[in-house]
Amino acid sequence: MTAAPDLLQLKLVFVTGKGGVGKTTVAAALAYLAAERGKRVLVCEVDAKGDLSSLFEATPTDFTPREVSPGIWSMSMDTEASLREYLKLHLRIPLVGRIGPLAKAFDFVATAAPGVREILTVGKLCYEVRERHYDLVVVDAPASGHIVGQLAAPQAINDLVKVGLIRSQTDWMLQILSDHQQTGLVAVTTPEEMPVSETLELATRVQEETTVRMSAVVVNRVLPELFGQREEEIFEQLRSPEAEAVLATRAGGDTTKVLEAARLAVTMRRTGSAHLQRLQAGLPKGLPVLLMPFMFSRGFGVRTTRQMAQSLGEELGH
Amino acid sequence: MSPGRRSGDIPKTVAQLLSAKEIVIACGPGGVGKTTTAAAVAAMAAAEEGGRILVLTVDPARRLADALGLKGIGNDEVRIADDVFKAVGVTPRGELWAAMLDTKQSWDDLIRRHAPDAETREQILANPLYQNISARFVQSHDYIAMERLYEIHSEGKYDLIVVDTPPTRNALDFLDAPQRLADFFSSRLLRWLIVPYRSRLVNVATKPFYQVADRILGTQFLADISEFFILFQSMHAGFVERADAVTRLLSDRRTTFMVISTLEATPVREAEFFSVELTARQLHLGAIVLNKVLPDYLRSAQTAKLAQSMIDRADELAEGLSDDPVVAARVLVEVAESFLNFGVVARREAEQQAELRGTPDLLVTVPYFDADIYDMGGLLQLGAQVWD
Repeated sequence: MTAAPDLLQLKLVFVTGKGGVGKTTVAAALAYLAAERGKRVLVCEVDAKGDLSSLFEATPTDFTPREVSPGIWSMSMDTEASLREYLKLHLRIPLVGRIGPLAKAFDFVATAAPGVREILTVGKLCYEVRERHYDLVVVDAPASGHIVGQLAAPQAINDLVKVGLIRSQTDWMLQILSDHQQTGLVAVTTPEEMPVSETLELATRVQEETTVRMSAVVVNRVLPELFGQREEEIFEQLRSPEAEAVLATRAGGDTTKVLEAARLAVTMRRTGSAHLQRLQAGLPKGLPVLLMPFMFSRGFGVRTTRQMAQSLGEELGH
Repeated sequence: MSPGRRSGDIPKTVAQLLSAKEIVIACGPGGVGKTTTAAAVAAMAAAEEGGRILVLTVDPARRLADALGLKGIGNDEVRIADDVFKAVGVTPRGELWAAMLDTKQSWDDLIRRHAPDAETREQILANPLYQNISARFVQSHDYIAMERLYEIHSEGKYDLIVVDTPPTRNALDFLDAPQRLADFFSSRLLRWLIVPYRSRLVNVATKPFYQVADRILGTQFLADISEFFILFQSMHAGFVERADAVTRLLSDRRTTFMVISTLEATPVREAEFFSVELTARQLHLGAIVLNKVLPDYLRSAQTAKLAQSMIDRADELAEGLSDDPVVAARVLVEVAESFLNFGVVARREAEQQAELRGTPDLLVTVPYFDADIYDMGGLLQLGAQVWD
C-alpha cells in the first residue's frame, strides 16, 4: 500500500461526520486552505441547508457553481438537475425535448430503486473530477449514517445492473472513487462519546463496504489544556475557602464563579480527553488524527472559517 | 385538528404535559442527546408516574444500553428490571420497557402482514430490490419507525410511549414518510411503468419511453423493478390505509412532540425549522428541550469585569495565596481568560435561545453535565432536570 497522500493532494474529498459535529465548518476550512494555496476548489453541499455558503458570508447557492470567495466555487447538490445534466452530457438522449416526463419517471424510480439518487450525486462529483474543472472537489457529504450508502452506490448499482449505459457509467466512477491518490474521506468528530463511537464504526464500515479510503479524522472543538500538573495543584490551593476569601477581598468582588468556570472547563476538557484517547486507540494505525480547537467566537463566518483553515494547515504540517 | 385549548390547559411542567398524552415523539437534530433525553424522560415517567412506559429507541450509546441491561435487544420490547432502578436508590412506581428499532425485521414483518398470499410474500422477501431497500437505504427507516409506533400503540399495552426518532436527512422526513408511501402506491406513474410487464404489450405511445429506460437501466434491472412494483401493488390497499392511519395517529391529541436541541448554531436552526413546521402542520409541539446549556453566571458582566481585573492584577492578587506566587499568578490569568472565553460562548448561546421561534407549551433548559450519562443514575438525574 502506498503512503496516504496529504489531504491537499487529493482531487475529491468527502467530509462526513455525525450531525452537529461541525462537518460543514471543516469542509469550508479545507476548501479555504486549498484556495489559499492557489488551488481552484469546488465545494459542494449535499444535504442542502445553506450553511456552507453562510460560512463564506455568501447567499445560498444552487446547482450551478458560483465563486463565493477567491478560488472557491460553491454549489448545492440537486439530483434532478444532476439527472438533466447527465442525460444531456453523457447519453445524448434523443428525447431531450421531452425530458419532462422522463425526469418525472426517473424521480419516481429513484424514490424506490436503491442508489439512484446516490449515484446521481456521486456521479456529478466524479464527473467534475474527471473533467478537471477544479483542482480539488470538497464534498460536504451526508452524515456518517448515510455516507457509506452513498459511496457504496456505484458498486451496488454495478451488482444490480449487469448491462446498459448505467453500468458503463458506474465503471469509471468506481475507478475514481477507488483511486486512493485521488479520492479520500475525512471523518469529522468531536471528543464526545457518541461521535467517537460513530467514527470508529464508520472507519470499519468504510473499509469493509466501500472502495474509498479514509484519509484523516478531524476532531473538532478540542478544548485547550488550561493547566499542567503543577498549575493544577496551585489551582486547588487557590480554591481553598481561605484563599478564595482573600482573593475576593483583594479583587473587590466575588471571584468564586471565575474559579468555578475554570473547574467546569477542566472537567469538560478531561471528559473530552478520555474520548479522544479511545478514538486514537481504536483507529487504524497511521491514520492522521487532526485536532481543531474549540472556537470561542461570537459567531461563524469568514473570520472563523479562516481561523479553522489556519489550524487545519498547522495540523497538516504546512 | 388544531390544538384549540383554553389557555388554562397549558401544562407547566413536562410531567403535566405527559400526564395527558400517550405518545411523545422526541425529534430534532443529531448529536444533541436526543436518544438519551428520550430514555431519561421515559425512566422518569416510570419512576414517578407509574403505569407501563415504553421507550422505542433507535441507537442508544452502547454503554447506556449495557448499563440498562439492554444488550442485544431488538424489535421485541423488553422490561428493564426494577433492580436497575433500585441500584440507584429508586423504587419505580411503574414499569419501564424498551425496544430498539430493527429496520430490516420491521419491514419483513410488515410484508408478512400485508402480503395476500404466501407466494407473493416469499417473492417480495426474495426480490433483490426489496432486500436493498429494506436493509440499506435510510429513507426506509423513516417510514418503518412510525409504522412500528402505530403497531405498538394499537396493541394498547402501554400508558406512555416515548419515541426516539431516527437521524434523517431532512428532519421532517419521518413525518412525511407515511404520506409519501401512500402517494407512491397510488401513483399513476407506477401503474404506467409496470404496464408492459403486466400485459406483455407495449403500445405505441409508451414505446419510446421503454426504449430509453432499457438503454439506461438495462432490461434485467427494469424487470426487477417492475416485478417489485407488481408484487407491491397487490398490497396497495392495505399499505395506503395503514399509512393514512399512521398519519392520523401523529396528529392525534394524545400525541405530542418534543424538540430536542443544544444552543449551538446549526442544531438551533434545525430545531427552529422543526418547531415551525410542526406548528404549521398542526401537530402538537409540547416542549422544546435545550441540552448542555452553559451556566448563567458565565454571562455576568460584573464577573467578566472582575475576570479582566484578575488578568491585569494577577501578580498582586496571587501574592501569598499559595506556595508558589509565580505559578499562582499564571493560573489566575489562565482561569480568568477561560472565564472570558466561555462567557463569549454563553452569550452567543443565549442569543440563539432568544431568537428561537416556534411556540411550544414548554421551554426547558438542561445544564451541562459534568460526566457522560451512561447509567440509570445519570438518566434519572437528567430526567429530573427535564421533568419539573
